[in-house]
Amino acid sequence: MRGSFSTIIKTFSASVVAAGVLMSVPARAAEDTIKVGILHSLSGTMAISETTLKDAMLMLIDEQNAKGGLLGKKLEAVVVDPASNWPLFAEKARELISKDKVAAVFGCWTSVSRKSVLPVFSELDNILFYPVQYEGEESERNVFYTGAAPNQQAIPAVDYLMSADGGSVKRWVLEGTDYVYPRTTNKILEAYLKSKGVAAEDIMTNYTPFGFSDWQTEVSAIKKFGSAGKKTAVVSTVNGDANVPFYKELGNQGIKAEDIPVMAFSVGEEELAGLDTKPLVGHLAAWNYFESVNTPENKKFIAGWHKFIKNNKRTTNDPMEAHYIGFNMWVKAVEKAGTTDPDKVIDAMIGVSVPNLTGGYSTMMPNHHITKPVLIGEIQANGQFETVSKTPGLVMGDEWSDYLPDSKDLISDWRAPLNCGNFNVKTGKCGGKGTN
Amino acid sequence: MKILHAIGLTFVLLLATLSSSDAAEAELRAIIAKFATATDFSETGAVVRELTATGDPAVERPLAALADGNLYVRTTDSMVFVGQEGDETFQLFDPLSGEAAGEASGDDITKISVNNTLRRAIRDALGTLTLGSKNPAVRIAAADTMFKTPDASNIGPLDAAIAGEIDAVVKALLEQARAASVLVSDQPEADKLAAIALIGSRGDRDAVSLLTSVEANASGSVKDAATAAIANINSTLALWDAGQNIWYGISLGSVLLLAAIGLAITFGVMGVINMAHGEMVMLGAYTTFVVQQVIRTSFPDLFDWSLVIALPLAFLVSALVGLIIERGVIRFLYGRPLETLLATWGVSLILQQTVRSIFGPTNQEVGNPSWMSGSFNVGQLAVTWNRLWILVFALTVFAVLLYVMKRTPWGLQMRAVTANRRMAASMGIRTPWVDALTFALGSGIAGIAGVALSQIDNVSPNLGRGYIIDSFMVVVFGGVGNLWGTLVGAFSLGIINKFLEPYAGAVLGKIVVLVLIILFIQKRPRGLFALKGRAVEA
Repeated sequence: MRGSFSTIIKTFSASVVAAGVLMSVPARAAEDTIKVGILHSLSGTMAISETTLKDAMLMLIDEQNAKGGLLGKKLEAVVVDPASNWPLFAEKARELISKDKVAAVFGCWTSVSRKSVLPVFSELDNILFYPVQYEGEESERNVFYTGAAPNQQAIPAVDYLMSADGGSVKRWVLEGTDYVYPRTTNKILEAYLKSKGVAAEDIMTNYTPFGFSDWQTEVSAIKKFGSAGKKTAVVSTVNGDANVPFYKELGNQGIKAEDIPVMAFSVGEEELAGLDTKPLVGHLAAWNYFESVNTPENKKFIAGWHKFIKNNKRTTNDPMEAHYIGFNMWVKAVEKAGTTDPDKVIDAMIGVSVPNLTGGYSTMMPNHHITKPVLIGEIQANGQFETVSKTPGLVMGDEWSDYLPDSKDLISDWRAPLNCGNFNVKTGKCGGKGTN
Repeated sequence: MKILHAIGLTFVLLLATLSSSDAAEAELRAIIAKFATATDFSETGAVVRELTATGDPAVERPLAALADGNLYVRTTDSMVFVGQEGDETFQLFDPLSGEAAGEASGDDITKISVNNTLRRAIRDALGTLTLGSKNPAVRIAAADTMFKTPDASNIGPLDAAIAGEIDAVVKALLEQARAASVLVSDQPEADKLAAIALIGSRGDRDAVSLLTSVEANASGSVKDAATAAIANINSTLALWDAGQNIWYGISLGSVLLLAAIGLAITFGVMGVINMAHGEMVMLGAYTTFVVQQVIRTSFPDLFDWSLVIALPLAFLVSALVGLIIERGVIRFLYGRPLETLLATWGVSLILQQTVRSIFGPTNQEVGNPSWMSGSFNVGQLAVTWNRLWILVFALTVFAVLLYVMKRTPWGLQMRAVTANRRMAASMGIRTPWVDALTFALGSGIAGIAGVALSQIDNVSPNLGRGYIIDSFMVVVFGGVGNLWGTLVGAFSLGIINKFLEPYAGAVLGKIVVLVLIILFIQKRPRGLFALKGRAVEA
């Protein structure tokens, strides 16, 4: 009995204090700075991916300050930790906008966290830059999508596999983690494949839970499905932690990329860092950026990143490039508008064009998505990707997929006079599906 | 005179062969030089085809290097070399002779890129060229490749190889490869029927794959024979599938057992709801990572022993942390399960965040030693080495633990304290220390589970989260306080799960298992093997 109650209190207050210290860099109330919010999980399941993005943002803000800041003021980062907890994302977003008065927020990774903050951003009229590839079917006035829409990643990836270079694949396994991004992407892909004449029995779809670690049955099912005398490929939307055991099992069961290649949409340099990639050489990924891309801009970016993070082994990845593009677009739009007032900046954003890291320019389109090149890369023994195919031009992000019956008539244009995120070209009305 | 003449003749003949091989080599070099000017995959592919068309076994070296991504072009003089990456520079080797040809920095050479299609083409080409290799393993690989990519032009070389083959295993494979090639040739129907019979006897997925494509293109009796053979193979494979599910279930069960066995001590025997149990597993995995890091930088030869070295260290690290938690938090909370639950939950968050601050949030690479990589076949069943070793390891840990609990004085004291604390205390047992050591033991075992799990899962701060629910499920299902219950519980949950997965899918399968456990607990609240008597009072 002795003092156990006070011990709990002590334990808890200690852990709360510890968590508090780790969670927030307190915003210093300097008068003449422009505040930029960073809303990425620094603890919990998503910390593995999002912490890097927080660091990337801090680096970009540092570099901008070294160039003299913005509108004659210094930028100040306000970092909060939504702890991979979706409702907390909304709370923290509200805190950033109402309490810290940030000019814009860079953040979110999972679609569910983005959906959770949407109402906050439209209510308080602020700007969110969302840097991750996602399932599309959304276009909001207050959000700029700098990651890939399905047509900037999934569809070109499937096109590559169907081409002679990609192995003329005839049979498809759609393997994904069970949540909204894989389900929507696979729905689009299924419709697309069928439109290309693939029979229903040549498509196998399978879902596994988050963090799934026992892939024996799934991998042997893929092997079985692949032994029907037709060239087979796996399109993987498996997310996060589940990838490492998936690839380990593929390697151990001897599935070689030459026989059944796996094309992944959520595996980047960061995920491969936890793996011995020698058995995986030749498996594929589709992104808009690879660390191995050989351009002067990219070399400079990687050098700056290694210097900032003080570790020469840390990799860069696609969402980091998305933040690089998004941040530079925001800086340019603020300069164009001459103010950080979100309303004016949102209007100034459309048409802004900045260099990306793959040797071209990305432009913000009226649908708040950007133009990007699509790269297909093969995994190499050193844990990097080597580009084996690149779209000849830039691909414009298509928010409402043309392959889903619900959304094929919708377009989005945030310029006057339309000013609508889900305009139905059939009925000529704004609204309909997508307001969810 | 005659002798002199003979010598002279031999000399001339020798010269002739030498110069002809010189000419052949020059020709090969001329073709290899074309790699430097190839601008895309199709042009590189054309050079590969030209090289293989020479039929010269010497092309194996440059082609194998190309497939492995080790063929480079020196930018200064467009010469092609096999390159090997060193610390700072690349070692260059001649593509044909393999002799060292100096060094170059990474900026001076460009890699000749390959993609899957090219790698596959090279593999097929090498298959034909390596049929005459002295190494049986290479010949087996060649026969395997030729079986998977049948071509009528392969029949000739295969006939020659079969005639000269002495190894029975290789010979059988070569004959199957020949049969596969016969099926795509225009040989008479009788030959094709014999070929189908031969391939049908192989009885594996590759045979089905091949016969399916034959079935689609053939007609008449060949088609019927193929259909019958496929049906025959499939019915045997269905049996193997069931066997495979059992093996997968046992393997999943061994992972569950490893994760849960430490908990069987802390929760099962002591009754402490330890939410930080998963973090003990994680600490063990991180210890493995640190050990491998040290080995990689200082003693690279010991890498295959890294896991063995990591085992005692992981046990000590996790046991020490467990001891600190018990002395610092849990000992004040015995008999108050709700508060223990909350406090250990807090501890688990602190541990996770500490690891995250030290090692970073990203996954760490823990390599598989060579004896834990790859798989072997038992009939049509593919058994991966790492799963097999984990099963052996889990059973060993279980046996050792059982011995400690049942046969040592310490185990006796442990059981005495949990059965009746006051009585044990009055017999002179220092109960607080027994508590502390028992908790440390449970935590230490979680640590060595972490060493094993680092081989199949991510090593990240979240590692423990994935196992905590499953571990509690196993212990509750098996019967709290009973080690045998944990064993049976782990394996039955594993097997049930793996039998459901192919039909219901992984997501639904998991839900069904949860529902089954809830129903089971309604019927038998104390699990499969309930302890009788006073032990479960606490």
